[in-house]
Formats: sequence, C-alpha cells, structure tokens
Amino acid sequence: MEAVRKVEGRAYPWGASNIDTDIIIPAHWLKTTTREGLGKGAFESVRAQPGNVFDDPRYAGASVLVAGDNFGCGSSREHAAWALADLGIKAVIAPSFSDIFSGNAFKNGIVPVVLPQEAVDRLVEVARTDEVTVDLETMTVTTPYQDRFAFDLDPFRRQCLMEGLDEIGMTLAQDTAISKFEAGMAKDRPWLAVETANEGIAFEATGRT
Amino acid sequence: MTAQPRTLYEKIWADHVVERRDDGTCLIYIDRHLVHEVTSPQAFAGLRAAGRPVRRPDLTLAVPDHNLPTTPRADAAGQMLPIADPASAGQLAALRGNVAEFGVPYIDALDARQGIVHVIGPEQGFTLPGATLVCGDSHTSAHGALGALAFGIGTSEVEHVLATQTLLLKRSRTLEIRVDGSLGFGVSPKDVVLAIIGRIGAAGGTGHVIEFTGDVIRGMSIEGRLTVSNMSIEGGARSGLIAPDETTYAYLKGRPMAPAGEAWDKAVAWWRTLPSDAGAAYDKSVVLQASDIAPSLTWGTSPEDVVPITGAVPDPESFVDPAKRAAAQKSLDYMGLVPGTRMEDVPIEHVFIGSCTNSRIEDLRAAAAVVKGHRVADRIRQALIVPGSGLVKRQAEAEGLDRIFREAGFEWREPGCSMCLAMNPDKVPSGERCASTSNRNFVGRQGPGARTHLLSPAMAAAAAIRGRLTDVRELMSEDA
Repeated sequence: MEAVRKVEGRAYPWGASNIDTDIIIPAHWLKTTTREGLGKGAFESVRAQPGNVFDDPRYAGASVLVAGDNFGCGSSREHAAWALADLGIKAVIAPSFSDIFSGNAFKNGIVPVVLPQEAVDRLVEVARTDEVTVDLETMTVTTPYQDRFAFDLDPFRRQCLMEGLDEIGMTLAQDTAISKFEAGMAKDRPWLAVETANEGIAFEATGRT
Repeated sequence: MTAQPRTLYEKIWADHVVERRDDGTCLIYIDRHLVHEVTSPQAFAGLRAAGRPVRRPDLTLAVPDHNLPTTPRADAAGQMLPIADPASAGQLAALRGNVAEFGVPYIDALDARQGIVHVIGPEQGFTLPGATLVCGDSHTSAHGALGALAFGIGTSEVEHVLATQTLLLKRSRTLEIRVDGSLGFGVSPKDVVLAIIGRIGAAGGTGHVIEFTGDVIRGMSIEGRLTVSNMSIEGGARSGLIAPDETTYAYLKGRPMAPAGEAWDKAVAWWRTLPSDAGAAYDKSVVLQASDIAPSLTWGTSPEDVVPITGAVPDPESFVDPAKRAAAQKSLDYMGLVPGTRMEDVPIEHVFIGSCTNSRIEDLRAAAAVVKGHRVADRIRQALIVPGSGLVKRQAEAEGLDRIFREAGFEWREPGCSMCLAMNPDKVPSGERCASTSNRNFVGRQGPGARTHLLSPAMAAAAAIRGRLTDVRELMSEDA
C-alpha cells in the first residue's frame, strides 16, 4: 500500500447521512474479480439525479469526501473502498463511520476522519469554494480560513497508513507465535479440528430437525 | 482472589489472543472461515501474486451463493446449466478455480448441501460456540446465535485470514440487549430484531459487540436466534452473540462437521463455561419488554425505520433532528408513501421469502402455516420462496411445504441469496414494492428503484395473500 501523510485538494461537499454501501457501489458492480475500475459504478443511484455533487464540474477530481453520520453502513464489500479509491478519494470526513467500512478504508489508503457534526457542517460550507487539507502528521483538518479541526486515529492504523505497511507481511513475521498458539489450541480445544475437511465434504448431512 | 466476572465476548476474545501489541491491537486467531464467490477472488489473487499458500484450508469452507440463479441449475443429465450473465459465471468459475488451486474444502452449486454461507455454517456444524468465525459478508453476525464470535470482514481481511489464520483487531465495547417477558401471539424473532433496531438505530451498535440476553432470547430456537443475530449489523454491531445453552447443544449434536464422541463431551464441558458471569459489566445495556413488540415492518430505506403493522407511515415533520427529518422525507419520496397512510393500506406487487435472515425450515413452516388454504392475491406479480440451502429445500419438500406454496401460487426456487441483493436474475422492478423477509431496505437493494418492506416470513405470507401489507394475526385467528 502507498503511504499517506497528507491529503489536500477539493472536497465533495455532500454531508448526507447513513450512506450505505449499496449507495456507494450497488451489488451488480460486485461481479468483478479485480479491484480496479469500480469508480464508474460509484454512487450510481446518486449520479442518476441531475445536479448531483459528484458530477458538478467544480468538484471534479476531488480527493476528499465530506459526508454525514454512519457513513459506509451495511455490507462488508471492500468494493466500496475500491470504488472511492478509483474515484480518486483519499479521505472521507464524517461524524461517524460503520466499523467494517472504516477498516476497509484504512486497508486501501483512504483516511476515515471522524469530526463532530458542527465541524462537518463547516467543512461542507468551505468545500463549496475552497480546498481542505487532512494532515496525518499533525492530525488536523484545515481550510484556508484558519479552521483547524483536530481528529483521532487508532495509532496502529495511523502508522500503517503513514508507512504504507503490508499487514499480511507483518503478521507472517509472527509465524512462530501463531504456530505456538495452534499447538496450544490442538491440546486444549481439540474439537476445533475439522476431521472431515481436505477431501471435499463427502458425507450426507445428519441430525437435522 | 476471585477472578473478575467476564462477559461471553471477553472470554472468547481472551481465548484467541495470539499476541498483544503495546498500542492494544491484538493478533486474534480465527477458528473458522467461510468463503463465497463475491468477496474472495481478489483475496486469492493477492495470495497468488505474493506466492503465499492458504495457511489452514482445513478451517476454511467455501460455497457459492450470491450469484447463483434460483431457477433449476442442472439439465436432465445432471450437468450444470450455463449461467446467462457472463460476469456472474466468471465469478463462480473463479471460486471453483481458486478452491482447487489452494486446496480449500468446497460445496459445489449442484451439491444438496449448497446454500447461503450463513445457513450452511450452522447446518453443517461448522459454526461452533466459543469459536471465532469470519466471512467476507456482513451478515456473518448470524453465527453469533450459537455463541461464536462471528463478524463480517472485507476482502483484504479475507486475504489476511487465508494467509495467516489471524486478524489484527482492537477489542470492541460491549452492548447488552435484553428482551424480557414473553412474546405475544403472532410475534416472531424477526419482529424482535426489527424492534431492537428501531430502538437503538442503524448506528446504535457501532463500535460494540452485542450480547442478546433475556427470557425471550433464551426461549427462542436456534433458527430464531440466527434471525436475531443476523441483523446485528443493521444496528451497526459487527457481532451479535447469544450464550450457548442446552438448545444450542441439542441443535449441534450429530451435525456433520460438529465434534463427535469424546471430542463432543470435552467441547460441551468447555462451552458450559462460556456464558457471561454473574455481575459481568457491559459498557451499555438496553432493555426491551416483549409485551411492547408487535408484528413489525419497515416503512423507509434504513432498517431503523420500523413501525408496528398497526401503525402508519410517519410524518417527516415529527422528527426533531433536522437531518432525520430530511432523511425521512427522502425515504418517503423513494418509497412512494404518503405520511399518515396506514401500513395495512399499502399495496404490494412482490413477495420474497428467503435470505440468510429468514430462509430456514422454521421460517418456511411459519410462512406455509399462514399460506395453507389461501391463494396469492391477483395483484402480486411475483412471489418467491427461496430456501436457504439444498437441505432446507429437501426437508421442506419432505414435509409437503413446497406443495402448499406452489398450490397457492408461489414459485418454489433453488437456494441462494437471490432477491435479497439482486446479484442474480431475481430483481424487483423499479417503482414496484416488495414484502421481503431479507435484512436491508436500502435504496436500490433489491434492484434499481425497488421499494422494500422488511418483515417476518409469516407477515410476508400474509401480504402475499392479501396483496397488501397485512397484520398476520388476522389470518392466524381466521385459521384458528
């Protein structure tokens, strides 16, 4: 993953609440086997409306999205994060995010910035005319008008973003600890072994009511 | 010194910590991983690109569900019929190729055990109490009904689990949702979970793991509990646990992938230690009284937009919060509803009984009990019954439920996710209205422009018969 330290540029001044993953990327776009090209389907039902924020030439190429609370609620589809990334969005600012979306965003180098509703309202206003800056070094969102909103990020996730860390690589470095855990599990909770696996599941179901 | 009382969640968490980092992030071991065709191809591609194997294929189980058509799948010779949509066909083929390449156990589309991931996990005994279970699907919360710490993950996490059998996680806060009393006539587990989401809101459980407690939950069958835990995510919580008890053990015993013999006895002894200790503290608690819960349904485009069937479409002006007011107005415009309309006066064109929320045998029995002796109303364009798995379908046929449905004018289909999210050919046309037993009423969820009302299988059956949203209790008392 590419390291992210600062996101600056125009922002979509949207502010809408409860934006679910079906709005971000409808299910018929999920039939892909790659991560690329999903920007075309991003916000499809919103973009079908005339005068929508995503097709407004003032915000073309914006790298920030300002939204309302509970952004990304619903499905676990990482396609939502891939679609935003493909649109060029590198930070989403909202009063709250769904847990799964927020995790998916981090893993794709998109910063989910949680700010109070008043700050989000102000940023929606500013974004209509000016750029906003999300700085991971100083952990602030700023505007050309001396607005300065501090935000929090989980320290581990912040580090992953800023250093562009490969989580799987990091975890595989803990292979000894994982193997040790598995040995303990085989001893203390032997029933967790699935006896029938590996050769397909060649047996009939039993015990049904 | 007595140990600090702990919740069910805290016990399962502690049992699965491989390593704890200084910042509190923990490497958590994953005991069970369910895989389907939609959220896995990019994960397998990632493994392939990095030259990494699947660490524990034996703890992994793959099955196709989202893209499969629910019309007959095999020709007279038992060969799989071609899938019309090339993108769907490609995704299904990718799963078959990936499980073969990486040695992952797989239930094929034509196998009687094929079904929705969240139906087959419990049905096969793959889901176990006290286990950690993940899947690239948000309704993985369902498995919490058996006391598994189960949650949906994104594709990067799917790849992480495939490669390492672990995830990097921070501990969640805990939210107890207790439902006291006993359920009234005609009130089902779906009504209970809709009432819960209506109460806590679509983001009420964000950052939390729910534990459902109380007499109503204790009194539910495992299938009822699966419906409740399934929709935890609609209240914002990634997981919704229910402590294992005798009902759980009776359900699991003898299932194909559940432990047997000595291993079973050891497992049950362990599982008995899991329920939350007396005096264990939750970060938040919410209590509902069963007597306040009526057969319910949604009116808007968020699962929190819940109203009893005896109620009316709300007036957006009645919302104090201006954001909620605007959202309600937008929802009503999309849903084509006028404030003040009685829910029972809303006509429908489609009925969908299925999805990982409500497609198990008890759901089909509840719907069939209402349908028996009636006909689907003339104005209904399509009424689908989509069993959650091939085994549910077979069981229903053995009980003659399929005949009841067919004779009433329902279509009896093959198992899969179907019209819940319309990735396969089952869609609600734009501007038409569906009484659906699924879990999401989002804009465009059942097809672009589709209007969804979430409700229980019995309520969906009643709506099919009357051609409008209906208080199922009227039909139930008629039959009594």
